[in-house]
Amino acid sequence: MTADGSAARLKVYRGDGENGEFVEYETPMVTGMVVLDAILNIQAEQESDLAVRWNCKAAHCGSCSAEINGVPKLLCKTRIEEYEGREINVQPLKAWPIIKDLVSDVSWNYEVSRSTIPFHSEQQAPFTMYEEDVERLYEPKKCIECFMCQDVCHVLRTHEKHDVFAGPRFFVRNQWLQMHPMDDRDRLRYLKEDRGGIQYCNITKCCTEVCPVGIKITDNSIIPLKERVADEYYDPAKWLMRKIRGRKNGASNGSVNGS
Amino acid sequence: MDTNGHNGSNGASAQRNGSSEKYEVQEHDVLVIGAGGAGLRAAVEASEAGLSVGVVSKSLLGKAHTVMAEGGMAAAVGNVDPEDSWKTHFMDTMKSGKFINNWRMAELHAKESPDRVYELEQWGALFQRTPEGKISQRPFGAHTYRRLCHVGDRTGLELIRTMQEKTLATDAKVYMETTVTRLFKKDGKVVGALAYTRESGKFIYIKAKAVVMATGGWGRIFEVTSNSWEGTGDGVVLSYDAGADLVDMEMMQFHPTGMVWPPGVAGLLVTEGVRGEGGILKNSKGERYMARYDEQRMELSSRDVVARANYTEVQEGRGSPHGGVYLDITHLGYDGIMKKLPTMHEQFLKLADIDISKEPMEVFPTVHYTMGGVKVEPENCASTVPGLFAAGEVAGGLHGANRLGGNSLSDLLVFGRRAGIGAIEYVNEGSHSLEVEGSEIEREIERVLKPIETGETGESPYLIQQELQKAMMDHANIMRTEEDLKEGLGKILALKDRLENIRVQGSRLFNPGWHAAQDVRYLVQISEIILRTALERRECRGAQWRLDHPDMDEELGHVNFIVSKDGQGEVGIESREIAPMPEHLSGLFKEEAKV
Repeated sequence: MTADGSAARLKVYRGDGENGEFVEYETPMVTGMVVLDAILNIQAEQESDLAVRWNCKAAHCGSCSAEINGVPKLLCKTRIEEYEGREINVQPLKAWPIIKDLVSDVSWNYEVSRSTIPFHSEQQAPFTMYEEDVERLYEPKKCIECFMCQDVCHVLRTHEKHDVFAGPRFFVRNQWLQMHPMDDRDRLRYLKEDRGGIQYCNITKCCTEVCPVGIKITDNSIIPLKERVADEYYDPAKWLMRKIRGRKNGASNGSVNGS
Repeated sequence: MDTNGHNGSNGASAQRNGSSEKYEVQEHDVLVIGAGGAGLRAAVEASEAGLSVGVVSKSLLGKAHTVMAEGGMAAAVGNVDPEDSWKTHFMDTMKSGKFINNWRMAELHAKESPDRVYELEQWGALFQRTPEGKISQRPFGAHTYRRLCHVGDRTGLELIRTMQEKTLATDAKVYMETTVTRLFKKDGKVVGALAYTRESGKFIYIKAKAVVMATGGWGRIFEVTSNSWEGTGDGVVLSYDAGADLVDMEMMQFHPTGMVWPPGVAGLLVTEGVRGEGGILKNSKGERYMARYDEQRMELSSRDVVARANYTEVQEGRGSPHGGVYLDITHLGYDGIMKKLPTMHEQFLKLADIDISKEPMEVFPTVHYTMGGVKVEPENCASTVPGLFAAGEVAGGLHGANRLGGNSLSDLLVFGRRAGIGAIEYVNEGSHSLEVEGSEIEREIERVLKPIETGETGESPYLIQQELQKAMMDHANIMRTEEDLKEGLGKILALKDRLENIRVQGSRLFNPGWHAAQDVRYLVQISEIILRTALERRECRGAQWRLDHPDMDEELGHVNFIVSKDGQGEVGIESREIAPMPEHLSGLFKEEAKV
């Protein structure tokens, strides 16, 4: 069950935001080995300053996201064996500035998080809520904040709309907030006119493809929110109401799909 | 990297010219060290009271070990078993802790957990529901009633995300990826801490009127552990170095079920929720052996008992091919597993090529939790050092000799809140002079920089850590003897001498080798303390399994071992009588005995 004499070979980005290159390493292959194991072995035995983020090593915390051959992956969940016969090139998430080696500066995501309108309910817990009312909240609640959906989103990755676009991870969060039966805040203005910028998403589903916990981000989070925004903003009657009442949008509560 | 509050902190930021090194200065009323459930709960309490709060997080926000908690949060809300009450929860906790728990902490915990569950719900956390629309509760080991409020097997994620979002909605300033190296005192009171940001290696001196320690446990002293790299016990050593008393340090919890294969995931947690949902333990002969260890409670016996059973089966030659035992949940079927244990299904499928709806899991005990820690006052979580508070896993007392599953998440919130209140009261009570000598800070900076900026070569912190983990596995594992513990202590003391020689390559920019050089100092100190206290407790009690003293010792049942740094800077150990339980608590056990 330990090394059988074969070696895992991988190329790892070494450097900072300005200069860097891929360096090839070899480390003993162990049954069931994941890419993070290889990186940590290299760190312990060859390059003590090789920078990588990780915490739980069980795909629960979302810390070790990086790109393997240009595709975002959790390093702790990606087996070396999956790449048999192929090169393994590991580099940091591309949508943010590189700090060093496999670590990029994801602090922008926490700024967006701060800007999100938090859960609020005038009603006092304990709440009476039935399983059928909350079942669809379990999916968006599974998010482990690996930020791989953010990394792969063209609006951020290619068009760099970081100032006006919250990104898939935060649409997922806004979705459960909007769907929570007890929440009484409205986030449609945020999504349309403030930091949200949901209209920039053109539904390419890249985010859904990379989600390591299987959240159907596009179908179950973004599209329902877009529908809701469209309903509020482009319905002529509601437009008129807004004009008369001087409000950007009406109150919303509960279900997104139910509107 | 930090994330600022809406108004920022009111801390002064200044550059100072030290003789060798510049450091930034920040100031807060309350500095919380650690951003897991307990730290964030304390931060929210203090911030909402209008105090300036700083939160230091060794990782990114939301990645703390709390995220790994799976099974649930124990609280006697009585939604599925209306007979449940705080009294039964209290008694279960004391019995499981083998009565060396701090009974007042156990009482407060049992009484206040329900409020903390509802508070989480008020803040947006979502728990699974009963048919009546209430929070659902599942059974867990040695809880008399179904008591664990849960959401599938990712309750910790729900808790940390809720607390993280709540914290970001306050004005608290979060210092992400920042490590604290030392607490500073003036006139006997804690007045600040030196930290460095992992990203840049720059130093920050944070002045604070009160410090709440909430850094979690120290499972990383063992090779096979369910803990993430962060579990290096920084807070318990920082507190000990500042003069705080520690309690029950010999008590390390071995969780009965960690993964054993493949090697890279050995030790990874398999939630007790599997047994809560009816999982059955079998040996290689196909025997359901728990009947021999606890006929009544079987797989749902307390963790110490099940861990010893699993260990014994393997020791006696009835183990699986990879040296574990079998845990079978196939009777739940694919749909049941996907509803109740989806994370476990994914974990085994992805990492071990096992479909747990078709095959049993292979499991073996893994180092999981530290019952011991900083000794605190039950009411306000004050340590024995003025200005220093502690909550969560880094604090000791609540769990005694063995923690019940599910009592950790409730502990975080009950005592995180109380530590926050304790800090608020302390800050508001008197005047606080926070100035310390700049030269003292500079000396500490020099010490921290020594492994990296001398240009010399020396010992690798990783290799010292590996040697330490192996020594603890070999000599302070689930089964202990005096001879073994002494041999282990010899090895750890030899490692302590080698700490001076640690040198690492590279710059201070996000340098894990340099970070490991800091961590390993904590690991060595904690290991020494654990070995010394494990030698003192000459009996079997809860997690302490002494083969050379195979029985429970009546007298030691009234004793805690208190550790503090003595005048020579060495580990001082004192056995201290536990105050007798008041009548309203002891009466509960007498009543039960009558029935």
